Amino acid sequence: MSDDTTLDILLWIVLPYFVLAIFILGHVWRFRTDQYTVTSRSSQLYESKLLRFGSPLFHYGIIAVFFGHLMGLLIPQRWTDAIGITESMYHWGAFAMGIVASAVTAGGIMILAWRRTTNDRVKTVTPVGDKIMFGLLGLSILLGIVATLFNLEGSYNYREGLSIWFRNFWTLNPDASLMASAPLFFQLHVLMALVLFAIWPFSRLVHAFTIPFGYLNRPYILYRSRDDTERKPRPGWAKSDIPEVPGPATSRRRK
Amino acid sequence: MRVMAQMSMVMNLDKCIGCHTCSVTCKQAWTNRDGTEYMWFNNVETRPGQGYPRGYEDQEKWKGGWELDKRGKLRQKGGGRLKKLMTLFANPLLPDIDDYYEPWTYEYDNLLNAPAQKNIPTAPPKSQLTGKPIDVQWSGNWDDDLGGTYANKDKDPMIRGIEEKVQLEFDQTFMFYLPRICEHCMNPTCVAACPSGAIYKRSEDGVVLVDQDDCRGWRMCVSGCPYKKVYFNHKTGKAEKCTFCYPRLELGEPTICAETCVGRLRYIGLVLYDADRVTEAASTPDEKDLYEAQKDLILDPYDPEVMAAAESGGIPYDWILAAQNSPIFKLIKEYEVALPLHPEYRTLPMVWYIPPLSPMVDSVADSGFDAEDADNLFAAIDTLRIPVEYLANLFTAGDVPTVERVLYRMAAMRSYMRDVDLGREPKEGIANAVAMTGETMQDMYRLLAIAKYDERYVIPRGHGESAHNLEGVGTDCPLNSEGGPGMAEESEGAGMAGPGYAAKREESNVPRPGEGRVNLLNWDGKGVPQGLFPEPTGGTA
Repeated sequence: MSDDTTLDILLWIVLPYFVLAIFILGHVWRFRTDQYTVTSRSSQLYESKLLRFGSPLFHYGIIAVFFGHLMGLLIPQRWTDAIGITESMYHWGAFAMGIVASAVTAGGIMILAWRRTTNDRVKTVTPVGDKIMFGLLGLSILLGIVATLFNLEGSYNYREGLSIWFRNFWTLNPDASLMASAPLFFQLHVLMALVLFAIWPFSRLVHAFTIPFGYLNRPYILYRSRDDTERKPRPGWAKSDIPEVPGPATSRRRK
Repeated sequence: MRVMAQMSMVMNLDKCIGCHTCSVTCKQAWTNRDGTEYMWFNNVETRPGQGYPRGYEDQEKWKGGWELDKRGKLRQKGGGRLKKLMTLFANPLLPDIDDYYEPWTYEYDNLLNAPAQKNIPTAPPKSQLTGKPIDVQWSGNWDDDLGGTYANKDKDPMIRGIEEKVQLEFDQTFMFYLPRICEHCMNPTCVAACPSGAIYKRSEDGVVLVDQDDCRGWRMCVSGCPYKKVYFNHKTGKAEKCTFCYPRLELGEPTICAETCVGRLRYIGLVLYDADRVTEAASTPDEKDLYEAQKDLILDPYDPEVMAAAESGGIPYDWILAAQNSPIFKLIKEYEVALPLHPEYRTLPMVWYIPPLSPMVDSVADSGFDAEDADNLFAAIDTLRIPVEYLANLFTAGDVPTVERVLYRMAAMRSYMRDVDLGREPKEGIANAVAMTGETMQDMYRLLAIAKYDERYVIPRGHGESAHNLEGVGTDCPLNSEGGPGMAEESEGAGMAGPGYAAKREESNVPRPGEGRVNLLNWDGKGVPQGLFPEPTGGTA
């Protein structure tokens, strides 16, 4: 570690932890203070012919990409070695799945970008913040694809470098040299992703954390009482025998 | 039995003149913000016609509401939980803005900044979505008063099945207006469809509301609602809908659409219903029995058992009294002249309608006969199949006898009351012919024709002990967020946020907005204006 330059430490240790702090605190702040702006901000109302293809392609693609990243970053090479998967088998398997997922994602985002820039209705309702976010997101995806294509032969085994750096990052034992020795496009991809994570809590990307799994397990018809701060499944009107003088006023809104 | 209270509305369609005052005042009150240009929480449709959005009643296309599966179990027509989650990214059943219309304004600057010139300057229309010039082709009421009937005649989903009878003359046969707001259903599909659980039915009064903080803009409610009365605001990314003007209701005031209705055709009041039997009623096998099933859900507020169950369910006593005096209960259960709009959607809607007799009256009058003679009117109802079948398609899932029964009663009342008005001996036989007595007929006449303000609107106030939560008097209005329907920067300053007229009229015990600026316009002249002097310490009253 002593060989690391200051820049390496800044880029691959200080910056990632800094971004992590922004990411976590930013989301806590956003969800506690500003639920009103947390939304998918769908523009389907204005155009649905292109969106019907572009949006599911992109979203399902990016979900596959996410799980692909988890696999590559979290599963140590010795585990796959132990069950007899050679590095070459792994590389080509991951490459094949990755290329399909990224093609779907990239196809989706290109349709969506085309839609957003050519459809007048959608274009005029796109705020600047969204445009910046789309740029960063597109660039991250592009750099990820480029990094993979430049590493077609598998000459850089990221599971011996980048992935270990990633796991060490989470175990608070960061090692900048593992990233510093990675190929340029991998480094750029990681940097761009870090920028994206830094703006994430302040952009419409927060809607990724609102996937409504609770819908699978709740009664269809919901009742809420005006009187309650909590939501009871079956509340009633406050009875008139409640004391005239109200206690400490409770806010109806969750703060 | 689980007794719940439901705030409901009945509209007497015979009196609607299609003036759109309700729509306009509603829009001024609720949807005059960015992103809400196309939203009409209240709209008035000419029937026959396509409605708003166009052809919304075609549930084979939009898949709103509920249906029964093969085993007779209730399910969402648009698909269940898993399907909703799988189609989050592109809702296949969402109307386009063109199914509503592209909102527009005019280049008023052209008029204001025009130099002195020979020709009168014009203000061409421009889109409110793109800001570009627009060739206006459609809007919320393009087919008002049967405009464009020939071009659009077969686009009314309710005409289907009776086209051959309707032929091309239906526009000469009859026409009436149908004002629509959110139905505040007992079994709302919008609530069931919301993946985030942001839409809920208020347990006190059954008003269906969208929690603007919880909404994530998945748009499933828009598809779920068969009446298409939930709208998506793209600017805020949230769903918005008719709120039954709940800040007004809580102060005992009618909704703004009802308050300003020049025809005085709207009635607002409570009904008590058995919430435990809602699903059972909505699952009634035959569509044509849904009206009766829903009517059965509504409980008799004079029944001691119901009163006891209501009280133990937490419904305050004055609310039970209000349910007893409710004009809605009278119109639905006693006189049985109000019918639900599209019971076949199985949402158990709670805005009901008294179907219009006027097409028959007009037709009798046009043919030179006495349009206030009961026999002539009964004969007309029997003969004029097209209007009756059309009304049945709207109000009883196609069950003609029920609509006929209602129209007979309306015709009988008209005829019976003429004798009263002319000082002749009223004929009890006319009332008996429609299974009523002369006395109930006169009561019904009073409610429908005299329609006094406090008989039309029997709205119990929200309760003092929970008044700190009342929207109208609250110091923290959730609708006041940026871009939200409240909009008021200082809630004390805006009249609508302070205590309303009804509250000021009587001795008011509702707390006034607290801190901040003093607004003497909101001072009712009693005591000391709040906030002008420091609060005396120690007292909470």
